[in-house]
Amino acid sequence: MPTDAALQALLLHHEIEGFLLAEADLLDDRKYRDWLNLFTDDLVYWMPISRNVPPPDRDRARSDESLDASWFNEGLDTLTQRVNQIETDIHWSEEPPTRTTHMVSNVRILDVGDGDEIRTKCRFLVYCNRLQDEVDLFVGKRFDTLRRASGGWKISRREIHLDQSVLLAKSLTTFF
Amino acid sequence: MQDRNTTPAGNLVDAENGIVSREIFVDRDIFAREQEQIFARAWLMIGHESLIPEPDDYFVSRMGTDSVILTRNKQGEIFVFLNSCMHRGMKLCRYDQGSAPVFTCPYHGWSYSTDRKRVDRPGALVGVPRYQECYEGVLDRSEWGLVRCPKVVNYKGTIWASWDPDAPSLEDYLGDMRLYLDAALDHRDGREGGSIVLGTVQKWRVKCNWKFAPENFIGDLYHDISHRSADLSGIGPSGGKGRRDAQRPRLAIGFTDLGHGVLGDLPHTAEPELLPTHQDDPELVAYHQQMHDDRSRNLGNRKRVTMSVGTIFPNMSFHARQPRTIAVAHPISATEMEMWRYYLIDADAPPKVKDAAMRYYLRYSGPAGMTESDDMENWTYASEATAGHISRRHHYNYQLSLGQERPVEGLRGAVESGSYSEGNARIFYRRWGQFMDAAGWADMTPEAATPERVDAD
Ligand code: FES
Ligand SMILES: [Fe+2]
Repeated sequence: MPTDAALQALLLHHEIEGFLLAEADLLDDRKYRDWLNLFTDDLVYWMPISRNVPPPDRDRARSDESLDASWFNEGLDTLTQRVNQIETDIHWSEEPPTRTTHMVSNVRILDVGDGDEIRTKCRFLVYCNRLQDEVDLFVGKRFDTLRRASGGWKISRREIHLDQSVLLAKSLTTFF
Repeated sequence: MQDRNTTPAGNLVDAENGIVSREIFVDRDIFAREQEQIFARAWLMIGHESLIPEPDDYFVSRMGTDSVILTRNKQGEIFVFLNSCMHRGMKLCRYDQGSAPVFTCPYHGWSYSTDRKRVDRPGALVGVPRYQECYEGVLDRSEWGLVRCPKVVNYKGTIWASWDPDAPSLEDYLGDMRLYLDAALDHRDGREGGSIVLGTVQKWRVKCNWKFAPENFIGDLYHDISHRSADLSGIGPSGGKGRRDAQRPRLAIGFTDLGHGVLGDLPHTAEPELLPTHQDDPELVAYHQQMHDDRSRNLGNRKRVTMSVGTIFPNMSFHARQPRTIAVAHPISATEMEMWRYYLIDADAPPKVKDAAMRYYLRYSGPAGMTESDDMENWTYASEATAGHISRRHHYNYQLSLGQERPVEGLRGAVESGSYSEGNARIFYRRWGQFMDAAGWADMTPEAATPERVDAD
């Protein structure tokens, strides 16, 4: 017989995975306003730049969160500006729109804390196809902090580790 | 098809009439010739001293299609080497940056040193496994040091290099364009230099000819319309409308014989009033006011300029203010480039100022930049639609404000042709043609290029 705690953990895992998969659907369905609703007001949305560094500097294999360049380092305000831009329909790198498929897997709960704020880790594989033959594949790890909110969860922090150093895409107009 | 290696570039570029052959943006032979004629000769911006602050630090960069190592030796001198082992060509240094007392090749273990205490010639071959048993009396180690770039200059922190021993001094190469470069590199309070690279260099691939970037940044105000979606989203430093805070009117100012150009203002000797910026934070407002006051005092009545964007021939572009960055367009193939963006900040700016600048840079520039992403769309699909068999027979048009060039007082060899002008692009491609046809620097110095030229001041 599973213990109560094990059942609780299973249910929580199921709930969190469902939340992340539903989020991926919002992105692929381009329901950006609903997607923005999944974030807290104090959101940190950060995608550092990966670097090729020698052994003594391995702790610097990614750019820093503060006072350093990144691919993204956003709050809810600028994430909203990005959605606004797409919705102008004249943001040419997203018009015609990119066809995206967000795959989320390897979902793990790293830390449940007091149960109201949990840290998770997952893998993402984002396939982008645009116009005739513009194809980008973004693969990496994502660290999300989720906070319990009325009616479910909200994301308060998202750290995106993209497995590329030189970005092999001409632009980043897709969300992760 | 004509042999591109013998066709004079003059047949491809008609700068006087604002007509440029599409071939130069897609043709493989022309691309190969550019490597020899332009990238093996011109001064190229390859890095920044703040990326190699300590002895033995290195930063791997590019010059044309070559990988190069920018490094500082134990004595503090800065060198640039071809990043290829002299034995069998292995990429000697495959990290982006780091620190190494000697560069040791992973393949067969040859090693090279820059330490003046060990070697007379920096980059000399100092270690060869099995030397005594297998090479003694055969291999002359002094002949097999790393290929060293003969000309390297540190200009206010930016590192420039040229492969051509006959290249003019960087000072002569820049001419009075230097005044505009200073506007980006000098401290906001008017003191010389003082800027550093803010963290990591962004690097990304774009499937377009490398010339699209410098041509755009040399003064294409006309393409403003492609950034309407960024303007509508309001991403400026003050978080308000548009993508920048208020700017003064800008003119296309180009250096006819040098190939450089900017969108900027004419030289002046008094500091104009401060235009409000970073308005949503009183601390930032106070900081920028302080910089403005200090600048007015420090510069006194010295000649100065402001600018928004410009290009130093061939592939270094920079923005002095909003945002304050350097962009280098590295050629990869006729239809692919790698963009590198360095973000600049005053080394002694308070963290809050740096943070606000960094956030603005990232939402404006780079592949995720709400402005720049749309530039890349234009350049990529212009390249694609130019590469067709029939398409490449035709020409691009650069006739905007053709014939409206007027000399600029106070800038040697400069002309101005209004705000909306392709005059700077005409200058860029004229210079491109000169590089492509010239046998050497003797044919390319400003005097040789236009013997009848009279300096404006
Ligand atoms: S290629 Fe470097 S030692 Fe052989
Ligand atoms: Fe642009």
